[in-house]
Amino acid sequence: MVNQTVTLQGHIIDSLILAKVLDTILMVGGTFTLTEFTVGTKREDLSHATIRIEASTPGLLQEILTAIQPHGAVVEVEQDCTVMPAPADGILPEEFYATSHLATQIRWEGNWIDVPQPEMDLAIRVKTSPLSANMVPMASVIKGDLVVTGRKGIRVFPLERPAERDVFGFMEALVSSERPYRHVIADVAKRMQAIKERRTHNPIAPKVLLAGGPAIVHAGGREALAWIIQEGYIHVLFCGNALAAHDMEANLYGTSLGYNLGAGRSVPHGHEHHLRTINRIRAIGSIHKAVEQGIITEGIMAACVDQQVHMVLAGTIRDDGPLPDVITDSTKAQEAMRAAIPGVELALLVASTLHAVATGNLLPASAPTVCVDINPAVPTKLSDRGSFQAVGLVMDSSSFLGELARELGWKG
Amino acid sequence: MSRVLMCPPDFYGIEYEINPWMRVSNQSNGDHAKTQWKTLTRVLENEVGAKLEFMEPVPGLPDLVFTANAGVLHDGKAVPSQFRHPERQGEERHFIDWFTKKGYEVINLDPEIDFEGAGDLLGLPDFWIGGYRQRSDIRAYVQLSEIFQKEIMPVELVDQRFYHLDTCFCPLSGGELLYFPSCFDTYAQTVLTSRIEQDKRFAVPPQEGERFACNAVCIDRHVVLPTGCPETMAWLTQKGYTPHPVELDEFLKAGGSAKCLTLALD
Repeated sequence: MVNQTVTLQGHIIDSLILAKVLDTILMVGGTFTLTEFTVGTKREDLSHATIRIEASTPGLLQEILTAIQPHGAVVEVEQDCTVMPAPADGILPEEFYATSHLATQIRWEGNWIDVPQPEMDLAIRVKTSPLSANMVPMASVIKGDLVVTGRKGIRVFPLERPAERDVFGFMEALVSSERPYRHVIADVAKRMQAIKERRTHNPIAPKVLLAGGPAIVHAGGREALAWIIQEGYIHVLFCGNALAAHDMEANLYGTSLGYNLGAGRSVPHGHEHHLRTINRIRAIGSIHKAVEQGIITEGIMAACVDQQVHMVLAGTIRDDGPLPDVITDSTKAQEAMRAAIPGVELALLVASTLHAVATGNLLPASAPTVCVDINPAVPTKLSDRGSFQAVGLVMDSSSFLGELARELGWKG
Repeated sequence: MSRVLMCPPDFYGIEYEINPWMRVSNQSNGDHAKTQWKTLTRVLENEVGAKLEFMEPVPGLPDLVFTANAGVLHDGKAVPSQFRHPERQGEERHFIDWFTKKGYEVINLDPEIDFEGAGDLLGLPDFWIGGYRQRSDIRAYVQLSEIFQKEIMPVELVDQRFYHLDTCFCPLSGGELLYFPSCFDTYAQTVLTSRIEQDKRFAVPPQEGERFACNAVCIDRHVVLPTGCPETMAWLTQKGYTPHPVELDEFLKAGGSAKCLTLALD
């Protein structure tokens, strides 16, 4: 099949011109999709239709175009994209094109080229020798870089429904705490098993990402998550200072933010435990070294080190310490997170508003994403900020991780 | 008082063939043409009460006499014609000069678009109708809608003998319509029959349509039309119009009649 998009405008409804054009396409032997249609609101306003025509052969397509052009159908002319040099380091040209997280192509000297790794809210930089295009954050642009401007010569592809007929296939942003969630967790587990299976053949390709907050430890999800990681189901971990600190605090002191995780009550001077933990790790030099030296023996961090999970710890303004592994420059942290995104085929955003939104911003729309939070505002916020592909689950992180682990075979 | 632009037929003749009526071998008689044109001006001035203005005829531009094709005028704006055939393109600058001299704001369509003025664009009370496919390009009506802020219905003309809308379609001052249905494709016929009530439209009989019955000039309750159209005249009379038949056969040799020879300026 070959296709061509045409546009038609004017007083095309009451004059039956649109009907005539569509009838003509069918009569000559093609099919059509009315991809866009704007109807004028006042009598004198023009209406606009964008029609995608499909035909079995180029000859037939040409015949259709010849038949409909006299009725005002205009073949959409493909144009190259326009570029302008960045005026200074970290400054984009005024008319820069802002990206979406959908698959994108630009047209350069008559050819459409892919812009890899789609991510929302970036710009597109073109390099001419050899020809390539990539998405670039504002801060990373260098004076003189050619940056795509305007909207000509840019194609964005809508998200296709995945072949798998699971919860992600429907792309519903579930945000209610009153909807059943077991099937969602079962679907997530199936995807994780499939990715793990594929990694045995191709260890670098597909990855599962988890971005999590310290509530995982406070609420009792630590054991389940450590098991999931230890079993090789998680390959990238995004978190902050707190998740790591409280996980290791639990290992060293049996507490999380001073509360005894077993007994569920505060321990004398327990609030100091996470500070002493952080101080200890700072003295050792890194989480990796602490695990290798046998200081940290079990838990989320130990499992990550053991399974060589790619960890990115991004700091915030309220961090204690922080741990030596925490990246305190937020631009550098964003770069490190971005570098870990390629290959992510499933993202679990669990109990962390800031890390969930930050990760959502970095993910392509094609990456199935689950956002789990006890607060329905978090999945809503994620969806409002453009990560429309994310499935929201309003539930406690420890329940989620426990059920997920059991789906995967945990006996805990 | 209605003002009408005309151009004396001093240099009128059949010098080329750009429609099925024109045959260089079937030359017009210059004296007869002048007499017929003069009669038309007399009827318009004396019987209809129109105020006539005249353009300077130009040697080598025989069809300048058909001022309906000068362009379209409305609300002080003039959109000049952009003729499809090179034989008539020389007329464009003379029409533009006249519009400019008379103080109209001249607005040109995109240069690649063909548009033949009031020959192809005519107004009904609620909307305008634009003929396309023969001489004017349908895309002209998108631009004209924006310029004049009017709803314009494009209708496809399918008979080469009736190459301009005004050869087969004549809106009357009271909202009625004379038209020759077979000149329009089925979609256009549906539009016309659905938008104009049955008792307000008269489908001229073929023998009168071919005499250019629809190429008539309507000013108030007067209709000036070619001779040889008795049924059309009877319908007009029944509707309260006064028909004024004028012999214009010398101009029919070029595919024009009363309406083609005039441009309404109001």
